[in-house]
Amino acid sequence: MFDANPAASPSARVRKVEPSSFGFQPSSVPPPAGGGGDLLEISLGPHHPSTHGVFRMNVVLDGETVVRLKPVFGYLHRNHEKLGEGTSYLGSMPYTDRLDYLNSMTNNWAYAIAVEKLAGLTVPERAEYVRVILAELTRLLNHTCLAGFLMQDCGCSGTPLMYAFRERERILDLFESLSGSRMMCNYQRFGGCRVDPTPAWLAAVAQLVDRYGPFLDEFEELLTGNEIIMARTQGVGRLPAALAVNAGVTGPMLRASGVGHDLRKVDGYGVYPRLNFRVPVGDHGDVYDRYMVRVLEMRESISLLRQALAALPGGPVLDPKAKQRGLRPKAGEAYGRIEGPKGEIGFYLVSDGTANPYRYRVRPPSFVNLTVLEDLCLGHTVADAVIILGSIDIVLGEVDR
Amino acid sequence: MNETQPALTSQERDELRRQGVLLTSLEELYNWGRSHSVWPLNFGLACCAIEMIAASMAKFDIARFGSEVFRPSPRQADLLIVSGTVTKKMAPHVVRLWNQMPEPKYCIAMGACAISGGPFKQGYNVLKGIDRFIPVDIYIPGCPPRPEALLHGLVQLQEKIRGQALTGPEAPRHLRSDDACDCPVPELGAHDIEPSHAPGVWSSPSLVRPDKG
Repeated sequence: MFDANPAASPSARVRKVEPSSFGFQPSSVPPPAGGGGDLLEISLGPHHPSTHGVFRMNVVLDGETVVRLKPVFGYLHRNHEKLGEGTSYLGSMPYTDRLDYLNSMTNNWAYAIAVEKLAGLTVPERAEYVRVILAELTRLLNHTCLAGFLMQDCGCSGTPLMYAFRERERILDLFESLSGSRMMCNYQRFGGCRVDPTPAWLAAVAQLVDRYGPFLDEFEELLTGNEIIMARTQGVGRLPAALAVNAGVTGPMLRASGVGHDLRKVDGYGVYPRLNFRVPVGDHGDVYDRYMVRVLEMRESISLLRQALAALPGGPVLDPKAKQRGLRPKAGEAYGRIEGPKGEIGFYLVSDGTANPYRYRVRPPSFVNLTVLEDLCLGHTVADAVIILGSIDIVLGEVDR
Repeated sequence: MNETQPALTSQERDELRRQGVLLTSLEELYNWGRSHSVWPLNFGLACCAIEMIAASMAKFDIARFGSEVFRPSPRQADLLIVSGTVTKKMAPHVVRLWNQMPEPKYCIAMGACAISGGPFKQGYNVLKGIDRFIPVDIYIPGCPPRPEALLHGLVQLQEKIRGQALTGPEAPRHLRSDDACDCPVPELGAHDIEPSHAPGVWSSPSLVRPDKG
């Protein structure tokens, strides 16, 4: 409901288009200065080609300028956390694939870390390196697809997304030959990985890594210096560093705002402390910086993949003493987190000593990053709101869970 | 011409085709044309939507089958691909989109969630199959189905379209005057989604005991 008393507030000028249950608080945003025209209230989504899934933005427009924005979630709420409480520890592993369905390998890893902390398991060194290889491949996959979708939102329909999906298929072929599934890999286990990668598979990864640099050069030549893209994205959706930190934003979005916070450096989980890489940081915090940070991260991922492939030791990939089925960790709690491609993905588990977790909680990066959406969009046009949303990089399976 | 007995057998028609004479009926020509230009609705729900996008990209190239024109508006679409989990909050929107599509229209339930609720079936917020509310033509199992599976489903749908009669009792629903095309839009009631299913579309399976025949 917008306003009960039409005379009391400037929002009386709002013409209602959709059901009146938008629930804006009339005082949250000051009325636009000098605006003489009517405000228009529209609903973008849940069926909208550029909301990246079933997400809905209720926006109030003054002309074409966004003066208020309210995100509406829950169209894909699949009761993930509740199901986790009724499922065994191992049984939740395939569900984590379906959280952020572009990055199942990193979701698996974060969950495995949480359970390993809870049950006090150790991971063989070879498995740690394999995990790094898979996580960096996932990062390449996610950032490439994100760049494609972002350009689709900007209006270059088709070409960048076609290029991105061509590369995605190459990475998915690797995932499939290793884990048996393209998207829902279900590969990590408590205390290691499910299967040992063969030398042929590692050679295929090395081949992909070698050709990924030239692909990025091609991709960047097409996009990075493109005049239209610079005009559309530079200075749009600026996120100040203070707001980003206060809102708990993580991942490339935080780094684009100039805060060099990367859990691979901060926590130093896995074998990342032994590998040499830089953390790209942006200057302006706008959409263009978020794109550039991701491209630079992909370059670092290529270097990380080369180092991990070169240093990969022999040995087992799974601790044979680690119990998978019927795991009953002693009562306690644990929080496992990693730097996923979208930000800090974490799992908080509370065990009461039984076969199922007492509480199973997911800390989804894209949901937390989405909380600053209104601050980013105010004052921009509707077309800019679409690319700002695209640059946040949300996946609704993770936002709604 | 008698409808039940064609004037030419299929062998005779093949023979004529080899000699450069093409004989067809209006029905065949019409079905052949529309089966190769099925325009899907640009509508993604969950994980399966990513595989649907992959099917429309370069490697799998859904354009080979005439379905590359993804329309954002239901008014221009022929095919609803329910690609992912339908929650109770989303179900009214899916049914409304289906009602807004013009006839003739078809529906593909893509993936385990759209068919039955899939891995999330035990939860409190997931619909146990979209076929409780809208009539589904093709079911594609998988979690998610590969893009090839989606293409296979599309080819099956094309075969179904080519086999449709335009007159008589087998005519599709939009050509029968006695059939209502709109499905009731469910609403979130006090306890659960209401109605729990569309009566003309789905009925709960009945238990048949073998000893009672």
